[in-house]
Amino acid sequence: MGYLDHLLHFAMPLVVAAGVTIEVSVGAFALATTLGLLLASIRFFMPSRLVRLPISIYVEVFRNVPSLTHLFIIFFGLAYVGIRLDSLVAAIVGLGLIGAAVLTEIFRAGFEAVHIGQREAALAVGMTPGMTFREIILPQTWRVTLPPIGNYAVQLVKDTSLVAAIAAPEIMFTARNLVVNTFQTTLVYGIAAALYLAICIPLSRAIRRLERRMAIPR
Amino acid sequence: MTADRVPLLRVTDLHKRFGALAVLKGVSFDVAAGERVAIIGPSGSGKSTCLRGINYLEPPTKGRIELGGTVIGACETSPGVWRRMTDTELAPQRAQIGMVFQLFHLWPHLTARDNVALQPQKVGRRPRAEALEIADAMLAKVHMSHKAHEYPERLSGGQQQRVAIARALAQQPKLLLFDEPTSALDPELVGEVLNVIHELAEEGRSMLLVTHEIRFAREVANRVLFMDDGLIVEHGDPVSVLGEPRTERLRQFLRQVTRQNAA
Repeated sequence: MGYLDHLLHFAMPLVVAAGVTIEVSVGAFALATTLGLLLASIRFFMPSRLVRLPISIYVEVFRNVPSLTHLFIIFFGLAYVGIRLDSLVAAIVGLGLIGAAVLTEIFRAGFEAVHIGQREAALAVGMTPGMTFREIILPQTWRVTLPPIGNYAVQLVKDTSLVAAIAAPEIMFTARNLVVNTFQTTLVYGIAAALYLAICIPLSRAIRRLERRMAIPR
Repeated sequence: MTADRVPLLRVTDLHKRFGALAVLKGVSFDVAAGERVAIIGPSGSGKSTCLRGINYLEPPTKGRIELGGTVIGACETSPGVWRRMTDTELAPQRAQIGMVFQLFHLWPHLTARDNVALQPQKVGRRPRAEALEIADAMLAKVHMSHKAHEYPERLSGGQQQRVAIARALAQQPKLLLFDEPTSALDPELVGEVLNVIHELAEEGRSMLLVTHEIRFAREVANRVLFMDDGLIVEHGDPVSVLGEPRTERLRQFLRQVTRQNAA
């Protein structure tokens, strides 16, 4: 077996697993941004304690317990009470819910960064609060929150390695299986590292390009 | 004929308190259609709060605002029972009142043209092309056509304030409120903004203007209100109020202001 064949023998399953990593990342990211924006918006529109408290509890519970603990609760804990989730679904839901807590806070900070006068000027011309949010607050929030959201996205891709612990067949789960069967530790984990780089570096660059494109010309 | 007798704006017994601090203690005045009223007074006297109460950006604690005979910011749910309106309900009323802020508050993510076009497009529900036509006409009025495609960040304070005036004009408001429109400007930029306001006054627009520029108030206003400590202390035509102040408080205020202007 030539060196190239040897390399491909290990690389192919890992490339397939990278597809799963991307799938979990995209799914969790979509859930996290949607839910995070929703919760932050609810808190923005309804400042009553009754609404804020459950959201705050959600944010604190998901931010202050390790991700792995949440994943185990969602995968093994729910299975124990009879709800058996597919490991991929559990991975997406688990990472998505954790991410939503992070993004709720990022969006909250983003809303707060928009000067109060911006909202007043919008209301003064006769915009409704909904219009004000859509036309004035949100467009300015995106620009402020894009860098932290980008950091989160890269962090999320790396954190998908955690879901190996609940047997989702992503890069690290597949890599460990390959190592157990072949003892090619350096080669297999080296390829795994290369695959993460191949995902994360273009991602970071794409985000930076987006930031530049959305920047307000000065 | 009753329309002649109903003032454009009627403010009745306006009170505002922030916690224990009473900022407005019962302010009443009218603005007739076509009239230009200046509110002067020391800082902390409540003049900005009064102005911001009129379009409910600072909802009054007590009192009544009427625009063209219609009560602003409150609605009668059953005879004699009044309820504060929500921001959504207030929107069409606020659309009739243009407001120019001390700090301009242009929207930084939009060009000068889009800052002005947004109201006619979104609130007035006009087609985009029509909204842009209005924007161009209003920018021309404030002599800012040459900067239509610039973003606010790239404009001087005076230019930003002129765009903000164009934005208020695009509402086709019945009344214009100016909240110290030149106080945040470098001295050399004050003139261009005052000139624009002067031109609007000559068009016969109704306006209520909070200002520190006493000379400008004298030139532009038909009537001056002097506020101190949450109350209107003196009012009348600018020549008599500013020329022959009857109270010691106004005399003292005018001395302070003219000393600053001379320095």
